[in-house]
Amino acid sequence: MTSLNFEAIFQSKIDDEVKIEPKDWMPDAYRKTLIRQISQHAHSEIVGMLPEGNWITRAPSLRRKLILLAKVQDEAGHGLYLYSAAETLGADRDDLVQQLLTGKAKYSSIFNYPTLNWADIGAIGWLVDGAAITNQVMLTRTSYGPYARAMVRICKEESFHQRQGYELMMAMAFGSPEQKSMAQDALNRWWWPALMMFGPHDAESTHSDQALKWKIKRKSNDELRQNFVDVTVPQAEYLGLTVPDPDLCWNEERGRYDFGKINWDEFWNVVKGNGPCNRQRIQARTKAYEDGAWVREAAMAHAEKKEQRRMQPEAASKAA
Amino acid sequence: MIKYLLQLADNALILGHRLGEWCGHAPEMELDIALTNIALDLTGQARSLYQRVAELEGLGKDEDDYAYLRDAWEFRNALLVEQPNGDFAHTLFRQFVFDAYNYHLHQALTHSKDEWLAGFAAKSLKEITYHLRFSSEWMLRLGDGTELSNAKLKAAIEDLWGYSGELATPNDVEKELAQQGIIPDLNLLKPAIEAKMSEVFVAANVGVAAGMFMHIGGKDGRHSEHLGFILSEMQFLQRAYPGLEW
Repeated sequence: MTSLNFEAIFQSKIDDEVKIEPKDWMPDAYRKTLIRQISQHAHSEIVGMLPEGNWITRAPSLRRKLILLAKVQDEAGHGLYLYSAAETLGADRDDLVQQLLTGKAKYSSIFNYPTLNWADIGAIGWLVDGAAITNQVMLTRTSYGPYARAMVRICKEESFHQRQGYELMMAMAFGSPEQKSMAQDALNRWWWPALMMFGPHDAESTHSDQALKWKIKRKSNDELRQNFVDVTVPQAEYLGLTVPDPDLCWNEERGRYDFGKINWDEFWNVVKGNGPCNRQRIQARTKAYEDGAWVREAAMAHAEKKEQRRMQPEAASKAA
Repeated sequence: MIKYLLQLADNALILGHRLGEWCGHAPEMELDIALTNIALDLTGQARSLYQRVAELEGLGKDEDDYAYLRDAWEFRNALLVEQPNGDFAHTLFRQFVFDAYNYHLHQALTHSKDEWLAGFAAKSLKEITYHLRFSSEWMLRLGDGTELSNAKLKAAIEDLWGYSGELATPNDVEKELAQQGIIPDLNLLKPAIEAKMSEVFVAANVGVAAGMFMHIGGKDGRHSEHLGFILSEMQFLQRAYPGLEW
């Protein structure tokens, strides 16, 4: 069979909604695109632990502290789960982590923004996880089987996080005047970066067309962004908070919200490394990786010695 | 009884807090998950204990009043648990010493005459059994791993050994409750704790200098300088904006 046939069979599977599995033939570019996307997603989970972890030691009640610890732990779990999905495509976790640390691989730019007051923890759950879910619900139907299945589980946990985030925002928005102003401040800072999470406009998105054809993506960036705005604006209204967009208004004719222009200069700046925390995030991950090297080496050496002792019990006991 | 429950609660709260500081910074993702898991268990245990204290005191306080509105001298945790994380060997050794004690303590507490305490101990013992298994296994990995990891573990033991004795040295509160059969006599618990520790020490190829001085006082509210900083961070929001719901 020629590679043309392989490709035709592959595309017909995609068209018929048959999942592609690790051992199936797939075009190199499909494999590369998926490794890039899944590992970016994994990196985002791991880097995303940092802005939220920033408040664990300052969580204002034991209940909130438990919720936050559990949430950040879930993110580590998602990271592991996604690296494993990338490994089914022949990638190596350690290589992928190296790409993150050297800046070769990207992660979601949203995590380059700082968490400055306690309401940020609510805003991240509500807006950032909310935006992520909008994206990820689509990915539960993505064409690559292991990724789709990983996303089913991740989505369940993310929607739990999103509800908890909104509940935190409610406590703040309906609390004291100081708490309400913390909530408003958090919304002011997270709103636009959350809209940017969906990526560039469709016309400028480099990877979108092919990803749609392969059903890796199933909806366009602009479509997803609009869905997110339509769902989220009424939630902000319920909280009595003001979305920081003077152009935001309900469009009766479209039955959807119109919203203002995104500052793409800011978006590209953060992507290029000039966000408020890009440098700090990578430094923190690099420090954890380097400081932890001796621990990982010790675990490896112990496992090898244990195996040796198992294989040669006599030699080991003589040596001892 | 209240003082004793606060000892248990404060140990769990402060050690859980220290472990939470690792979140996102651990040597590998699996360790991030494991350390957070232990932090979650301990913080959950602290919550149950503070709720019980609130119930017994009957002053209309809630769990957060104890965690967030007491000053350092009112905390009754042992000195060991407030010691800084240091490198992973320090964190791990601190955890192992605490787990070895905590496991045997809770095993004995399941027989407490106090029904609530016996029930609490039985429930927590499942979690603590896992903690001890985790920290014992990692003691072996570090001790038996590389020359470097063995040296780092030895350095951690050297730094922290002086805080390892307080846990199982009874203070007046513990002596009195032991007489009433509510908690075990810690002197009787010691051999089992020491046996576990020396079993792991031998396997991990590490030892302890004999006759090191043992610090005490945390259980009676005399702490190291570290606790004040833990509390100023932990209690910041509750202190800056008093009386609010979060």
